[in-house]
Amino acid sequence: MTTPGGLLLALAVLVPFIGVLVGLVLGGRNAQRVAFLTMAVGFGVAVAVADHFLRSGAPVVYLLGGWSPPLGVALRADALAVVMLLVVAVVIFGIGVYACADFGTPSGAREARAPLTYWLLLMAVWGSLNLVFVSGDLFTLYVALELLTFAGVPLVSLEGRGETLRAALRYLLFALLGSVLYLLGAVLLYGAYGTLDIALLAAHIRPDPATLAAAALMTTGLLAKTALFPLHIWLPPAHAGAPAAASAVLSALVVKGSWFLVVRLWFDVMPGVITLSAAQLLAGMGAAAIVFGSIVAVRQERLKLLVAYSTLAQIGYLFLMFPLAFDAGGTALVHGGALTGGLLQAISHATAKAGMFMAAGLIYAALGHDRIADLGGVARAMPVTVLTFAVAGLALMGVVPSGAYLAKKLLLYAADDSGQWWWTIVLQGGAVFTAGYVVLVLVNALRRGDGPVTLVVRVSRRSEFAALALAVCSLLLALAALGPVAGDLVSNPLAPAELASTLLTFAGGALLALGFARRSLLVPGRADADAGPVRRGMVAVGTAVANADVLVRRWPSASVAMLAVTALFGWALAAGAMSN
Amino acid sequence: MSGGTLFGLCAALLVGVGLYGMVANAHPLRKILAFNIVGSGVFLLLGAIARRGAAAGLGGDPVPQALLITGIVVAFSATALAVAVLLRLFDVTGSVTLSADAPAKPDADAAEAPARPT
Repeated sequence: MTTPGGLLLALAVLVPFIGVLVGLVLGGRNAQRVAFLTMAVGFGVAVAVADHFLRSGAPVVYLLGGWSPPLGVALRADALAVVMLLVVAVVIFGIGVYACADFGTPSGAREARAPLTYWLLLMAVWGSLNLVFVSGDLFTLYVALELLTFAGVPLVSLEGRGETLRAALRYLLFALLGSVLYLLGAVLLYGAYGTLDIALLAAHIRPDPATLAAAALMTTGLLAKTALFPLHIWLPPAHAGAPAAASAVLSALVVKGSWFLVVRLWFDVMPGVITLSAAQLLAGMGAAAIVFGSIVAVRQERLKLLVAYSTLAQIGYLFLMFPLAFDAGGTALVHGGALTGGLLQAISHATAKAGMFMAAGLIYAALGHDRIADLGGVARAMPVTVLTFAVAGLALMGVVPSGAYLAKKLLLYAADDSGQWWWTIVLQGGAVFTAGYVVLVLVNALRRGDGPVTLVVRVSRRSEFAALALAVCSLLLALAALGPVAGDLVSNPLAPAELASTLLTFAGGALLALGFARRSLLVPGRADADAGPVRRGMVAVGTAVANADVLVRRWPSASVAMLAVTALFGWALAAGAMSN
Repeated sequence: MSGGTLFGLCAALLVGVGLYGMVANAHPLRKILAFNIVGSGVFLLLGAIARRGAAAGLGGDPVPQALLITGIVVAFSATALAVAVLLRLFDVTGSVTLSADAPAKPDADAAEAPARPT
C-alpha cells in the first residue's frame, strides 16, 4: 500500500533528474542556477520524507502506478534511507557551494563544457543516490547503481587529460565487471523466487545453492564498485586525478551508494542466509584495507593521492560492522547498535572526506602543486584551509565528539557483547593509522617555509568556508545524534580518559608517520641510509606495501582477485549453510 | 536434456567466455566486447527463466522480459559510454593502453615505481 507522503519518494528521485534535464535545455550559466534551485527543492523533499517517517514511525512506501509487488515496483524509505537522503542533500549542497569558484561559467563565455557538465552530473549523482536509497527491489537497485556509475565516470575525466581519461575508463570497465556479477546474482534470485522485491524476498529466502551463489556474486560485484581492498584498482587514480569538487563527490558519496546496497542486501534481503564466517571475511578485507591503505597513504608524495588512499582505508572501516551486527546466536544479521554505528561511520566519512578533499583542492589551487614535502608555510598563508584539513582529520580519527567517535563506541560495545575481541583491536588501531597520515600532512603544513609562500591563485573565501563547514559537521555529528542515542555514550572531550586516548592516538600516528614517511619528518634533508635501523626497517616495509599495491592494482591481478573473492564468499556461505 | 537446461548451459558458457575475455585481454575494446558477451549470457539466462516460469497457459513470465529489455538498454548505454571514453582517450594520447602507472608521469611517484613493459 502507498502510505501518506509516498509520492515524496518519487519526487526525491525525480527532482534531481528534472534538474539535469532543465539544466541541459537552458544551458550555460543557467545550469548552475538550476542546480541550486534543485538543491533547495530536493532538501525540502528529503525533510518532508523524514517528517512523514518520524510521524508515522513506519517506512514510507510508494507503489509505482499503483501496482503492488511482485508485478509492480515499490519505493520504500526506512530509517536507513531517510538518514541517507538527508545527509546526501546536505553534502551535495556543501560541495555545490565549494564548486561555485571552480565551476562557475567564466564571464564573457556563454557556455563552457566543464562547468555545464559538472552541474548536470552533480544532479545526476544525487538523483541516482536517492534512487539507491529508496528502491524497494533489486533490479531497480541495479539500474540505480548503473546510473550512479555513468554519472561518476565522466566526473573523473572532466578535465579531459589523458591520464584522467585512462582512470575513467579503468573505473568504468571494472565497475561494469562488478555490475554484471550483481545482475547475474539478481537473475539467479529471480529464477529461484520469482520476485526481486526486497520485502517479498526476505520473507521467502532460504539457503539453497542458487541463493548462496547469488549472494556471493552480488556482494563481490558491489565490493568492486565500492573499491574495497583488494578490488581498489580504479580508486586512487580516479579520485586523485579528478578536480577537487568532483573528487569530493566521488569519494564522499558515490562509493557510499554501492556500500549502502551491500547493507541492504545483507541486512534486509538475506539476513538469515549470510553466515558469520562470510561477515568475518568481509570485515577482514576491511581491516586489510585500513592497514594497507593507510601505509600507502603515508608513503605518498602528493596530497591528493594521500587523501585518495585515505578513502581506501576509510572504506575498510565501513565494513567492520558486519560481523558485529549478528544476533546473540550468531545466526542472523539484525538491525541494532552495530548497524547504527556503521551508518554513523558512513555519514561521518561522507562529510569529513568531502571537507578533506576540498581542502586538498584549495591547497593545490593556491600553491600550484600539492607536494607534501613542500607544504611548509602554507598554514600561515591559508589558515582556514589547513584548519579544515585538521578538523576533517580529527573527525576521521574519531576524536570526541565526532560521528566516527560515536560509531566506534557503538561498534566497541557490539564487539564486547559478542566477544569478538579481535575487532576491538582493529577498531582502536585503525584510529592510529588514520592519525599517521593526518599528522604527516599537518607537520609539513605547519612547518616554517624556506621563504614567504607565493600563492599562484587567491582561493575563494566561500569555498574555504564551505569545506570547513562540512568538516565541522562531521566533528560535531555525535552531538546531533544525542537525541536518538543514549547520552552517556558521549563524554567530555577533556576528561582524562578521553584526553589520554586522543593523545595516545596522536602519538601512535606520529610514530607511524615518522617511520613510514617518504622523507624524514624531523630532518627533511636526511637520507634514509643515515637513519637508524627501525626507520630503515619501516621504510622497507612501506616500500614493499607500496609495491604490492602497484601489483594488486594491475588489471589481471585485480580481476582474478574479484573472481577469487566471489569463490571465497561462496565457500564461506556454503560452509555455514551446511553446518546448520 | 530439456530446453531449459540447454539454454542455461549456453548462458553459463557465454558468461564464462566473457569473464575470461575481460580478465585476459589487455585491449580495452576487447574488454568492452567481452562485457557484452557476459551480458548476453545473463540475458539468455533471464530468458530461459522467463520461459520456465510460465504458468496459466501464458507463453512466458512477462516480468523477466521487461527486466531484460531494461537490462539491454543499460548494457547498451554502458557500451556506448565506454567506447566514447575510449575514443577520446585515443584522440588525446594516441594510445589506448590502460596500464597507466609506468609511462611518462614526471612526478617522483612514477619514477620510483619500477618501469615495466606495457
